[in-house]
Amino acid sequence: MMAFACLMLDGARVAPLVPWMPPDGALRGVIVDRLMFGNLLALCIAALIAHLWVAFAILRRRSATNSFPAVGRWLLVTAFVAMYVWMAVTAQRLWAANRFSGPSLTAMQVEVVGEQFQWYFRHPGKDAVFGVTRPQLVNASAGNPLGLDPRDPHGADDVVSSVLVLPAGREVDLQLRSLDVIHGFFIPGMRLKENTVPGLVLHVHFTPALPGTYPILCSQVCGLGHQRMQARLMVVSPAEFNAWIVGRERTRAGGSDQ
Amino acid sequence: MKVFTTNHRSLGILYLYLALAAVVVGTLLSLLMRVHRVWPDAAIPFFGLMKPEDYLALVTIHGTLMIFFVLTTAPQSGFANLVLPAQIGARRMAFPKINVAGFWLTAVAFLVLISSAHFHGGAAISGWTSYPPLSAVPAAGPGQGLGMDLWLVSIGIFCLAQWLSAVNMLATILGERRVGMTWSRLPMTVWAWLVTSILTLLVFAVLLAAVILLFSDRHFGSSFFVPARDLINGQIVGRGDGSPLLWLHLFWFFGHPEVYIAVLPGMGLATSLFANFSRRSVPAYRVMAGMLVAIGLLGLVVWGHHMFVSGMNPYAGTAFALTTMAIAVPSTVEVIGWLAMLWGGGLRLPTPMLFALGFLSFFITGGLTGPLLAQPALDAYLHNTFFVVAHFHLVMAMAGIFSVFAGVYYWFPLMTGRVMNETLGKLHFWITLIAAYGTFFPMHFAGLAGEPRHYDRLAGTATSFPSLVPVERGITFSALLLAAAQLIFLWNVVASARRGRVAEANPWQATTLEWANGANVQPVVSGPYEYELQSSGNGFHPQWEIAAKEE
Repeated sequence: MMAFACLMLDGARVAPLVPWMPPDGALRGVIVDRLMFGNLLALCIAALIAHLWVAFAILRRRSATNSFPAVGRWLLVTAFVAMYVWMAVTAQRLWAANRFSGPSLTAMQVEVVGEQFQWYFRHPGKDAVFGVTRPQLVNASAGNPLGLDPRDPHGADDVVSSVLVLPAGREVDLQLRSLDVIHGFFIPGMRLKENTVPGLVLHVHFTPALPGTYPILCSQVCGLGHQRMQARLMVVSPAEFNAWIVGRERTRAGGSDQ
Repeated sequence: MKVFTTNHRSLGILYLYLALAAVVVGTLLSLLMRVHRVWPDAAIPFFGLMKPEDYLALVTIHGTLMIFFVLTTAPQSGFANLVLPAQIGARRMAFPKINVAGFWLTAVAFLVLISSAHFHGGAAISGWTSYPPLSAVPAAGPGQGLGMDLWLVSIGIFCLAQWLSAVNMLATILGERRVGMTWSRLPMTVWAWLVTSILTLLVFAVLLAAVILLFSDRHFGSSFFVPARDLINGQIVGRGDGSPLLWLHLFWFFGHPEVYIAVLPGMGLATSLFANFSRRSVPAYRVMAGMLVAIGLLGLVVWGHHMFVSGMNPYAGTAFALTTMAIAVPSTVEVIGWLAMLWGGGLRLPTPMLFALGFLSFFITGGLTGPLLAQPALDAYLHNTFFVVAHFHLVMAMAGIFSVFAGVYYWFPLMTGRVMNETLGKLHFWITLIAAYGTFFPMHFAGLAGEPRHYDRLAGTATSFPSLVPVERGITFSALLLAAAQLIFLWNVVASARRGRVAEANPWQATTLEWANGANVQPVVSGPYEYELQSSGNGFHPQWEIAAKEE
């Protein structure tokens, strides 16, 4: 119960459907949770029945002459096949909804970059275009962790942050990249995970719904700092988001003037 | 026993010794990890303070030892060398010299892997899956230099060794069967070894190729797995424009069938033991054998379920999800076949049967989360969390190791002429069963809470981590108990081999030919599981007797 209570404090308003799972802050996360709950329930029941069956067989000291009828075996197999078909169909519908179609055209564009052992997040700024980056220009200590090319005007208003700040209620299209090795971009509170793979730009989209702070973890072993490759997602109201991004753009513009 | 013996029974025992050495080291490494996770800032006796890279090296070597040198060698090469020729009525293996080369190469691979921890930089830290570019670039971390090279050399030698061993086993099963040992008279273990040897030939060849390509990326200037402009540790290392995903495909094309190589022999053995100790024939023998083959074949087309969130095309994810769901069907048919055999009760419950029932329990509990993880929408949350760690430790590691225990207790009379102590055996079984569940079942909860694998401590931004500390502590205590209980087993093996009760001929009243005790010179005329021939249910008809069934 203690554990459960701690989880509840995680920026939560709704008790998670599946015990142990962190509260869900994404618009469609509840569908994942319902599916997870239904699956776990069905599988727990199946495991329980199978173990009761074995216990019954062990306790049945006198050997029965009639064995379990073949028709019963095939009925059981059919029941399980039906369960697997149900699982496959429901899960594929959700997978298709999440991944087969792209985000809406009004989705906010944010770039996620993984590198040993840090996450960076980039908003394209007013021009809505990401500036060109070059790996040979990467220099975190000089304030250019992504290698933004100063010759590209699109990059001038790009906002690079180590915290992912997003407005509640607006769909986000994340572009995932990695500078070096494979990382795993995981936001448990958004029920979202996709690797960042060097050489590829991958897209995932979701809609954060509930304001709050959510941990971001690295889920693919990436070297000795894998465990500390964590960040935060802050979901804020649209007004707060606007204030934040305008403030960041102004700072950046001021910085480039100097 | 001469050192380079070609006697297959001696080789089988040597394989079991090798697996024992590997499992002892692998278990000790896992205990270091468990203790460190719970007390991350405490110095560990004989080890000292653990650095993050030390923890990852422990994970890597633990996984590599357990999967390659325990779960591949013991159930397949160990037991098959011990009893396979006898079970099919062969006098010898088809290629004894190839077989012996297979064993010694395996031993060399083991030594190379163990040695990798002792050089500069320590052992590799990229996990047993060794995803590039982390594994392709020495600058990517400590242990990724010489440690990673030695890991690759070890696995390369191991691939070759298993390949040789499988060539011999397949040729033996195909060509050395006694007259009358038809396909429908093969013990289920032989069916399992037939499938695993075919899988081994197909998938270890691919792994060997992948390992050579990765080695070439590291030393010969190629760029199969490293993309252009890849920036590691301040250096641009990409030469050509390779793809890390290519490694994932090649590796998991091996990696998933590997799971079946580890667990299919256990399924075959469990079938034999359930028949023996329930004194019943195997219902629908052809179906049960056919399903083992079906699992093997389907096992070759499910590898992409390890890659749902890897960046693979989501449509491919759907295809692999469907094949993975399909493989649940033959596995379910097997389980229901076993449950049907047990249904009638009246079971004999000596230690080998208890371990076979333990195998069944883990196969069910761990197996049922398979169809859940096969759903990409759910795997997108659970991938690389402790839920997956729980899943494969139950269905592969615990089911696999329980089948190995069942085999050791069951075939011990063939190895030593003595029977293992039953009291110690039952004590060993119950503590191991309870501690194994205590260790691996709670990992489901940690996984649902979102805890990723390969974290050496529960710290950081995730607010659910503190609530997991009591769970983690319980898992560690349970793991310590699990490891300690194996001392009972080791003691039982040593004591029983020296002073155990002398086994009578065919101590389990079994029907398969390894128990013939030199009696069989005739062609085989009967099936492998002819129990319950009389109305009392106590009759049985061994395969080495030629008395006609009607009598």
